[in-house]
Amino acid sequence: MLDAPLLSVRNLTVAFPSLQHVLPAVRNVSFDIGREKVGIIGESGSGKSTTGRAIMRLHPAKTQITADRMEFQGRDLLALSERDMRAIRGHRISMILQDPKYSLNPVMSVGEQVAETAILHEKLSRRDARLRAMEMLEKVHIRDPERVMSLYPHEVSGGMGQRIMISMMLIAKPALIIADEPTSALDVSVRQQVLTILDELVTGNDMGLLFISHDLNLVRSFCDRVLIMYAGRVVEELRASELDQARHPYTQGLLEALPSLTEPKDRLAVLRRDPAWAQG
Amino acid sequence: MMIKVSGLNVTFGQGTKANHVVRGVDFGIGTGECFGLVGESGCGKSTILGAIAGRVKQWSGEIRINGEAVQQSRRELAQLRQQQIVFQDPFGSLHPRHTIGRVLSEPLEIHGISDRDVRIAKVLDQVGLPQRFRFRYPHQLSGGQRQRVAIARALILDPQILLLDEPTSALDVSIQAEILNLLKDLREERGLTYLLVSHDMAVVTHLCDRIAVMQKGKFVEVTTRAAMIKGDLSHPYTRLLRDGSLGYRPVSSTAAE
Repeated sequence: MLDAPLLSVRNLTVAFPSLQHVLPAVRNVSFDIGREKVGIIGESGSGKSTTGRAIMRLHPAKTQITADRMEFQGRDLLALSERDMRAIRGHRISMILQDPKYSLNPVMSVGEQVAETAILHEKLSRRDARLRAMEMLEKVHIRDPERVMSLYPHEVSGGMGQRIMISMMLIAKPALIIADEPTSALDVSVRQQVLTILDELVTGNDMGLLFISHDLNLVRSFCDRVLIMYAGRVVEELRASELDQARHPYTQGLLEALPSLTEPKDRLAVLRRDPAWAQG
Repeated sequence: MMIKVSGLNVTFGQGTKANHVVRGVDFGIGTGECFGLVGESGCGKSTILGAIAGRVKQWSGEIRINGEAVQQSRRELAQLRQQQIVFQDPFGSLHPRHTIGRVLSEPLEIHGISDRDVRIAKVLDQVGLPQRFRFRYPHQLSGGQRQRVAIARALILDPQILLLDEPTSALDVSIQAEILNLLKDLREERGLTYLLVSHDMAVVTHLCDRIAVMQKGKFVEVTTRAAMIKGDLSHPYTRLLRDGSLGYRPVSSTAAE
């Protein structure tokens, strides 16, 4: 990280009020993202997706989001009006979701969906937007974009759907990408292609990437830095290459519980959860 | 040989729309062995499992269980009892409005087995669940506990074979470890034969003695655990799957599609 971070978060807390009580899903989370690939690892319910969505302010209105600081390129995200926020969402910060089957609009052709972003954020004409969409589809290595443009989401494979989503969010040249389990729904061979494309684009265009995943091996090999979340807190922050030297018992437990292809274990260690971890 | 499959073909649909899902597959699984099927989505691995279980009926070829040939349609209850399935998603495979006790007694009712209470108590014990769980509903259980119930339901008929269809892919890493340990213990204690279907190479390698790699309805390679660990593999597709599960490695992106 050479210059000021793209995104700087200090003591982010996200709580969902219910009738009986207020449920804190993320507690006092702090991190910076520069022009690098940062992974968030955690099990289901650890608050990793909630953190990602809080940055985009995608939670329902009554959600209580507080932070000492949540700045994106020097702008306080929590203080922005909804109107200003719309100019940031999809334009300066983009999101890739897990399953293209559910996140693409099923009744719009691929071309229309990709072009929509260009029309909205870049104020391009329909014709220019279409050309731009085609160019973006080529960028994510879709051969024959002309044909793909006229297809509907149910007519494309999972890997292609995910590449379409990536092309859609790249159209506005965002500074930061939040990828929430972008490859969990994909097969191994397709996953490598999608990651390679993501890697090229992030490195080539000098973007920041927040990569949310539960796959330790993937994050370890793909990201530069890793945050490990447990019960709504970041319990440890490490360089991805140094994940093996994790100090926190939770991180160590996760690594030991993982069946390994290269170092077989007869029995897998079962994680013993310490209530103290949740208290930080 | 507990399971012997020869020349298995499965086709869905007819005429020009026919979809040939499994194309001439042969394998045998010894008693007490764990055999793994890996491959990507749509390769036909779950269909093979379905044919053995009696869920998929449009197959041709030969399937022998414990030496006895099984028919495509109409199987005897006694034959069905020998093999039981554990499904992927414990959220979807347990009836939301039935208590665990009722979920577990249903197979006993179907097969006309008495001493239900004793069997339920015993099987809950075997999968490591407390007895009071009999009166709970699936939504009151965690994912790992639910998968234990699914395993208990499969075990309650005292089968010789467990057909495991992605038994841990809906679970978190730490819960997956518990379930994999449980499956390993059960197999040793009861001498069960496993057929495990998964897309996770590490899970298959952890549990299985022999592993078949499938692509487009065919076996491209049948290998052993040791060879998989060493990376001593003959088929490029197997190597691709193995490398892929070790983590991210940049591939030449022109290979896409």
